[in-house]
Amino acid sequence: MDIIKVLEQEQLRGDLAPLDIGDYVKVHLKIKEGNRERIQVFEGTVIARKGKGLGETFTVRRISYGVGVERILPVHSPKIDRIETVRKGKVRRAKLYYLRDRVGKSAKIKEKLASAPKRG
Amino acid sequence: MDRFMLGRKVGMTQFFDEAGSAIPVTVLECGPLVVVQRKTVEKDGYAALKVGYGEVAPRKLTRPVKGQFEKPGITPRKVLREFRTDAAHEVGSTLLVSDMFSTGDRVDVSGVSKGKGFAGVIKRFGESGGPETHGSMYHRRVGSMGANTDPARVLPGKKMPGHMGAERVTVQNLDVVLVDGERNLLVLKGALPGPRGGLLEIRPTVKSGK
Repeated sequence: MDIIKVLEQEQLRGDLAPLDIGDYVKVHLKIKEGNRERIQVFEGTVIARKGKGLGETFTVRRISYGVGVERILPVHSPKIDRIETVRKGKVRRAKLYYLRDRVGKSAKIKEKLASAPKRG
Repeated sequence: MDRFMLGRKVGMTQFFDEAGSAIPVTVLECGPLVVVQRKTVEKDGYAALKVGYGEVAPRKLTRPVKGQFEKPGITPRKVLREFRTDAAHEVGSTLLVSDMFSTGDRVDVSGVSKGKGFAGVIKRFGESGGPETHGSMYHRRVGSMGANTDPARVLPGKKMPGHMGAERVTVQNLDVVLVDGERNLLVLKGALPGPRGGLLEIRPTVKSGK
Protein backbone atom coordinates (compact mmCIF):
# COMPACT_ATOMS: atom_id res chain seq x y z
CA MET A 1 0.00 0.00 0.00
CA ASP A 2 2.56 2.49 1.14
CA ILE A 3 4.87 2.86 -1.84
CA ILE A 4 7.74 4.32 0.17
CA LYS A 5 7.68 1.40 2.58
CA VAL A 6 7.61 -1.11 -0.27
CA LEU A 7 10.56 0.58 -2.00
CA GLU A 8 12.55 0.59 1.22
CA GLN A 9 11.66 -3.02 1.91
CA GLU A 10 13.17 -4.01 -1.43
CA GLN A 11 16.48 -2.47 -0.49
CA LEU A 12 16.77 -3.92 3.00
CA ARG A 13 19.48 -6.50 3.48
CA GLY A 14 18.37 -9.69 5.09
CA ASP A 15 21.67 -11.46 4.56
CA LEU A 16 23.60 -9.87 7.42
CA ALA A 17 23.95 -11.38 10.86
CA PRO A 18 21.63 -9.82 13.46
CA LEU A 19 23.27 -7.10 15.52
CA ASP A 20 22.73 -6.57 19.20
CA ILE A 21 23.89 -3.74 21.40
CA GLY A 22 27.05 -4.62 23.32
CA ASP A 23 28.23 -7.20 20.80
CA TYR A 24 31.88 -7.19 19.81
CA VAL A 25 31.81 -7.38 16.02
CA LYS A 26 34.09 -7.43 13.02
CA VAL A 27 32.57 -5.42 10.18
CA HIS A 28 34.00 -6.34 6.80
CA LEU A 29 33.75 -3.25 4.60
CA LYS A 30 34.20 -3.07 0.85
CA ILE A 31 36.63 -0.30 0.02
CA LYS A 32 36.94 0.90 -3.58
CA GLU A 33 40.39 2.05 -4.65
CA GLY A 34 40.22 3.15 -8.24
CA ASN A 35 38.73 0.12 -9.91
CA ARG A 36 40.06 -2.35 -7.38
CA GLU A 37 37.98 -3.50 -4.47
CA ARG A 38 39.34 -4.75 -1.20
CA ILE A 39 37.94 -5.64 2.18
CA GLN A 40 38.76 -3.66 5.28
CA VAL A 41 37.81 -4.92 8.72
CA PHE A 42 36.66 -2.57 11.43
CA GLU A 43 36.17 -4.23 14.77
CA GLY A 44 34.68 -2.91 17.96
CA THR A 45 31.67 -2.82 20.23
CA VAL A 46 28.20 -1.95 18.93
CA ILE A 47 27.16 0.89 21.21
CA ALA A 48 24.00 2.15 19.49
CA ARG A 49 21.40 1.49 16.84
CA LYS A 50 19.46 4.48 15.58
CA GLY A 51 16.56 5.02 13.23
CA LYS A 52 14.43 2.49 11.46
CA GLY A 53 13.86 1.07 8.02
CA LEU A 54 16.40 1.77 5.32
CA GLY A 55 17.90 4.69 7.21
CA GLU A 56 18.81 2.68 10.29
CA THR A 57 22.42 3.05 11.46
CA PHE A 58 24.63 1.44 14.07
CA THR A 59 27.68 2.77 15.87
CA VAL A 60 30.80 0.68 16.40
CA ARG A 61 33.33 1.90 18.96
CA ARG A 62 36.86 0.76 19.53
CA ILE A 63 40.01 2.07 21.14
CA SER A 64 42.74 2.48 18.57
CA TYR A 65 46.24 3.44 19.77
CA GLY A 66 44.72 4.93 22.90
CA VAL A 67 42.19 7.00 20.99
CA GLY A 68 38.50 6.21 20.89
CA VAL A 69 37.24 5.71 17.35
CA GLU A 70 33.58 5.42 16.42
CA ARG A 71 32.13 4.60 13.05
CA ILE A 72 28.49 5.08 12.22
CA LEU A 73 27.33 2.77 9.45
CA PRO A 74 23.96 2.23 7.78
CA VAL A 75 22.65 -1.20 8.75
CA HIS A 76 21.59 -1.88 5.17
CA SER A 77 24.60 -0.36 3.43
CA PRO A 78 25.81 -2.29 0.38
CA LYS A 79 29.35 -1.35 1.46
CA ILE A 80 29.15 -3.93 4.23
CA ASP A 81 30.43 -7.25 2.99
CA ARG A 82 29.56 -9.17 6.15
CA ILE A 83 29.40 -8.77 9.90
CA GLU A 84 31.06 -11.26 12.19
CA THR A 85 29.92 -11.44 15.80
CA VAL A 86 32.96 -12.26 17.91
CA ARG A 87 31.34 -12.03 21.34
CA LYS A 88 27.84 -11.31 22.60
CA GLY A 89 27.67 -8.63 25.26
CA LYS A 90 25.60 -8.57 28.43
CA VAL A 91 24.20 -5.05 28.68
CA ARG A 92 21.13 -3.40 30.19
CA ARG A 93 20.90 -0.34 27.96
CA ALA A 94 20.08 0.34 24.32
CA LYS A 95 22.72 3.05 24.07
CA LEU A 96 26.14 2.46 25.60
CA TYR A 97 27.34 6.06 25.47
CA TYR A 98 28.64 5.72 29.03
CA LEU A 99 31.56 3.76 27.58
CA ARG A 100 32.93 7.00 26.14
CA ASP A 101 33.72 8.30 29.62
CA ARG A 102 35.40 5.12 30.73
CA VAL A 103 38.78 3.53 30.14
CA GLY A 104 40.36 0.26 31.13
CA LYS A 105 38.47 -2.34 33.04
CA SER A 106 35.36 -0.25 33.68
CA ALA A 107 34.91 0.07 29.91
CA LYS A 108 34.64 -3.66 29.56
CA ILE A 109 31.39 -5.38 28.71
CA LYS A 110 30.58 -8.72 30.28
CA GLU A 111 30.09 -11.55 27.89
CA LYS A 112 26.62 -12.93 27.48
CA LEU A 113 26.77 -16.66 27.46
CA ALA A 114 24.19 -18.77 25.73
CA SER A 115 21.72 -20.53 27.99
CA ALA A 116 23.55 -23.77 27.30
CA PRO A 117 27.11 -22.44 27.47
CA LYS A 118 29.57 -23.87 25.02
CA ARG A 119 32.95 -24.25 26.63
CA GLY A 120 36.04 -23.83 24.54
CA MET B 1 10.46 18.82 -25.99
CA ASP B 2 8.85 15.53 -26.80
CA ARG B 3 9.15 14.02 -23.37
CA PHE B 4 7.02 15.08 -20.45
CA MET B 5 5.11 13.50 -17.58
CA LEU B 6 2.68 14.36 -14.85
CA GLY B 7 2.90 12.82 -11.43
CA ARG B 8 2.16 13.04 -7.78
CA LYS B 9 4.74 13.29 -5.02
CA VAL B 10 4.66 10.20 -2.84
CA GLY B 11 7.38 11.18 -0.39
CA MET B 12 11.07 11.09 0.30
CA THR B 13 13.38 8.28 1.34
CA GLN B 14 16.95 7.26 0.61
CA PHE B 15 18.60 4.96 -1.90
CA PHE B 16 22.09 3.54 -2.07
CA ASP B 17 23.98 4.32 -5.29
CA GLU B 18 26.60 2.11 -6.98
CA ALA B 19 29.31 3.54 -4.77
CA GLY B 20 27.32 2.50 -1.72
CA SER B 21 26.56 6.05 -0.58
CA ALA B 22 23.09 6.89 0.64
CA ILE B 23 21.46 9.56 -1.53
CA PRO B 24 18.25 11.45 -0.72
CA VAL B 25 15.48 10.73 -3.20
CA THR B 26 11.89 11.73 -3.88
CA VAL B 27 9.44 9.13 -5.15
CA LEU B 28 6.78 10.12 -7.68
CA GLU B 29 3.80 8.22 -8.92
CA CYS B 30 3.61 9.12 -12.62
CA GLY B 31 0.96 8.68 -15.25
CA PRO B 32 -0.32 6.91 -17.17
CA LEU B 33 -1.34 9.93 -19.20
CA VAL B 34 -3.91 9.85 -21.94
CA VAL B 35 -3.78 12.16 -24.96
CA VAL B 36 -7.01 14.17 -25.00
CA GLN B 37 -6.28 16.56 -27.83
CA ARG B 38 -3.54 17.24 -30.33
CA LYS B 39 -3.05 20.88 -31.26
CA THR B 40 -1.36 21.69 -34.54
CA VAL B 41 0.20 24.81 -36.02
CA GLU B 42 -2.30 24.83 -38.91
CA LYS B 43 -5.37 24.61 -36.72
CA ASP B 44 -4.40 26.17 -33.40
CA GLY B 45 -1.36 28.27 -34.23
CA TYR B 46 1.00 26.14 -32.12
CA ALA B 47 1.79 22.47 -31.62
CA ALA B 48 0.90 20.88 -28.31
CA LEU B 49 -0.58 17.85 -26.67
CA LYS B 50 -3.36 18.08 -24.12
CA VAL B 51 -3.11 15.20 -21.70
CA GLY B 52 -5.27 13.91 -18.87
CA TYR B 53 -4.08 12.29 -15.66
CA GLY B 54 -5.82 10.58 -12.75
CA GLU B 55 -9.32 9.24 -12.25
CA VAL B 56 -12.37 11.34 -11.41
CA ALA B 57 -16.10 10.69 -11.17
CA PRO B 58 -17.95 12.32 -14.09
CA ARG B 59 -20.47 13.96 -11.71
CA LYS B 60 -17.66 16.08 -10.28
CA LEU B 61 -16.93 17.78 -13.59
CA THR B 62 -18.64 20.75 -15.18
CA ARG B 63 -20.17 20.37 -18.59
CA PRO B 64 -17.41 22.29 -20.45
CA VAL B 65 -14.74 20.06 -18.95
CA LYS B 66 -16.75 16.90 -19.62
CA GLY B 67 -17.15 17.90 -23.25
CA GLN B 68 -13.40 17.76 -23.81
CA PHE B 69 -13.42 14.09 -22.87
CA GLU B 70 -16.62 13.21 -24.73
CA LYS B 71 -15.33 14.27 -28.12
CA PRO B 72 -12.39 11.81 -28.22
CA GLY B 73 -14.40 9.29 -26.17
CA ILE B 74 -12.10 9.08 -23.16
CA THR B 75 -13.18 8.44 -19.57
CA PRO B 76 -12.84 11.68 -17.56
CA ARG B 77 -9.50 12.52 -15.94
CA LYS B 78 -8.83 14.63 -12.89
CA VAL B 79 -6.11 16.80 -14.34
CA LEU B 80 -5.82 18.31 -17.82
CA ARG B 81 -2.52 19.80 -18.84
CA GLU B 82 -1.06 20.98 -22.10
CA PHE B 83 2.56 20.49 -23.16
CA ARG B 84 4.10 22.36 -26.10
CA THR B 85 5.39 19.60 -28.33
CA ASP B 86 5.08 18.39 -31.89
CA ALA B 87 5.30 14.76 -30.84
CA ALA B 88 2.80 12.80 -32.93
CA HIS B 89 0.96 10.79 -30.30
CA GLU B 90 -2.54 9.71 -31.32
CA VAL B 91 -5.52 11.09 -29.45
CA GLY B 92 -6.57 8.45 -26.92
CA SER B 93 -3.13 6.87 -26.69
CA THR B 94 -1.56 6.19 -23.33
CA LEU B 95 1.78 7.68 -22.28
CA LEU B 96 3.84 5.86 -19.67
CA VAL B 97 6.70 7.14 -17.57
CA SER B 98 8.89 4.24 -18.71
CA ASP B 99 8.61 5.44 -22.32
CA MET B 100 9.50 9.00 -21.41
CA PHE B 101 12.47 8.78 -19.07
CA SER B 102 15.16 6.31 -18.16
CA THR B 103 17.73 6.00 -15.40
CA GLY B 104 20.54 8.51 -15.73
CA ASP B 105 18.46 11.24 -17.41
CA ARG B 106 18.39 14.75 -16.05
CA VAL B 107 15.00 16.39 -15.56
CA ASP B 108 13.35 19.62 -14.44
CA VAL B 109 10.33 19.39 -12.17
CA SER B 110 7.68 22.08 -11.65
CA GLY B 111 5.00 22.21 -9.01
CA VAL B 112 3.24 24.47 -6.58
CA SER B 113 5.24 24.97 -3.39
CA LYS B 114 3.79 24.62 0.09
CA GLY B 115 1.97 27.76 1.22
CA LYS B 116 3.57 29.57 4.15
CA GLY B 117 0.86 32.20 4.61
CA PHE B 118 1.69 35.80 5.51
CA ALA B 119 5.38 35.67 6.35
CA GLY B 120 7.82 38.25 7.67
CA VAL B 121 11.10 39.25 6.06
CA ILE B 122 13.18 36.78 8.07
CA LYS B 123 11.30 33.72 6.82
CA ARG B 124 10.49 35.18 3.42
CA PHE B 125 13.81 36.72 2.41
CA GLY B 126 16.22 35.29 4.95
CA GLU B 127 17.02 38.61 6.58
CA SER B 128 18.85 38.43 9.86
CA GLY B 129 16.68 40.39 12.32
CA GLY B 130 17.76 41.97 15.58
CA PRO B 131 19.07 40.59 18.88
CA GLU B 132 16.61 38.57 20.97
CA THR B 133 17.91 39.75 24.37
CA HIS B 134 20.08 42.39 26.10
CA GLY B 135 17.20 44.86 26.20
CA SER B 136 16.62 44.65 22.50
CA MET B 137 13.12 45.52 21.43
CA TYR B 138 13.93 44.96 17.79
CA HIS B 139 13.42 41.27 17.14
CA ARG B 140 12.09 40.33 13.70
CA ARG B 141 11.29 43.71 12.22
CA VAL B 142 11.66 44.83 8.63
CA GLY B 143 14.18 47.58 9.39
CA SER B 144 14.90 50.65 7.29
CA MET B 145 12.59 51.48 4.43
CA GLY B 146 15.34 53.45 2.69
CA ALA B 147 16.81 56.95 2.60
CA ASN B 148 14.99 60.12 3.76
CA THR B 149 14.30 63.27 1.72
CA ASP B 150 15.91 61.92 -1.37
CA PRO B 151 14.20 59.82 -2.82
CA ALA B 152 11.33 60.54 -0.35
CA ARG B 153 9.64 57.27 -1.23
CA VAL B 154 10.12 53.55 -0.75
CA LEU B 155 11.92 52.11 -3.73
CA PRO B 156 10.15 49.40 -5.72
CA GLY B 157 11.23 45.89 -4.85
CA LYS B 158 11.80 46.70 -1.15
CA LYS B 159 11.64 43.40 0.71
CA MET B 160 8.61 43.48 2.95
CA PRO B 161 6.32 40.99 4.70
CA GLY B 162 3.66 39.32 2.61
CA HIS B 163 2.37 36.09 1.21
CA MET B 164 4.95 33.35 0.80
CA GLY B 165 4.81 29.99 -0.92
CA ALA B 166 1.95 28.39 -2.87
CA GLU B 167 3.59 29.56 -6.10
CA ARG B 168 4.94 27.70 -9.08
CA VAL B 169 8.50 26.53 -8.46
CA THR B 170 10.82 24.69 -10.86
CA VAL B 171 13.73 22.60 -9.67
CA GLN B 172 16.28 22.03 -12.43
CA ASN B 173 18.73 19.33 -13.34
CA LEU B 174 17.65 16.46 -11.13
CA ASP B 175 19.08 12.96 -11.59
CA VAL B 176 16.70 10.15 -12.46
CA VAL B 177 17.66 7.40 -10.04
CA LEU B 178 15.08 4.82 -11.02
CA VAL B 179 12.17 4.35 -13.40
CA ASP B 180 9.73 1.60 -12.50
CA GLY B 181 7.50 0.89 -15.47
CA GLU B 182 5.44 -1.73 -13.66
CA ARG B 183 4.33 0.48 -10.82
CA ASN B 184 4.63 3.75 -12.78
CA LEU B 185 7.15 5.15 -10.35
CA LEU B 186 9.85 7.73 -10.90
CA VAL B 187 12.60 8.20 -8.34
CA LEU B 188 14.54 11.48 -8.49
CA LYS B 189 17.52 12.65 -6.50
CA GLY B 190 16.79 15.57 -4.21
CA ALA B 191 13.76 17.45 -2.94
CA LEU B 192 10.77 18.63 -4.95
CA PRO B 193 8.31 21.48 -4.41
CA GLY B 194 4.91 20.96 -2.82
CA PRO B 195 3.27 18.62 -0.36
CA ARG B 196 2.96 14.86 -0.62
CA GLY B 197 0.25 14.17 -3.14
CA GLY B 198 0.98 17.44 -4.93
CA LEU B 199 0.87 17.52 -8.73
CA LEU B 200 4.24 17.79 -10.50
CA GLU B 201 5.27 18.29 -14.11
CA ILE B 202 8.42 16.50 -15.25
CA ARG B 203 10.34 17.57 -18.34
CA PRO B 204 13.86 16.97 -19.69
CA THR B 205 16.20 19.55 -18.24
CA VAL B 206 16.96 22.80 -20.04
CA LYS B 207 20.47 22.76 -18.60
CA SER B 208 23.21 21.94 -21.07
CA GLY B 209 24.72 19.21 -18.95
CA LYS B 210 28.17 20.77 -18.68
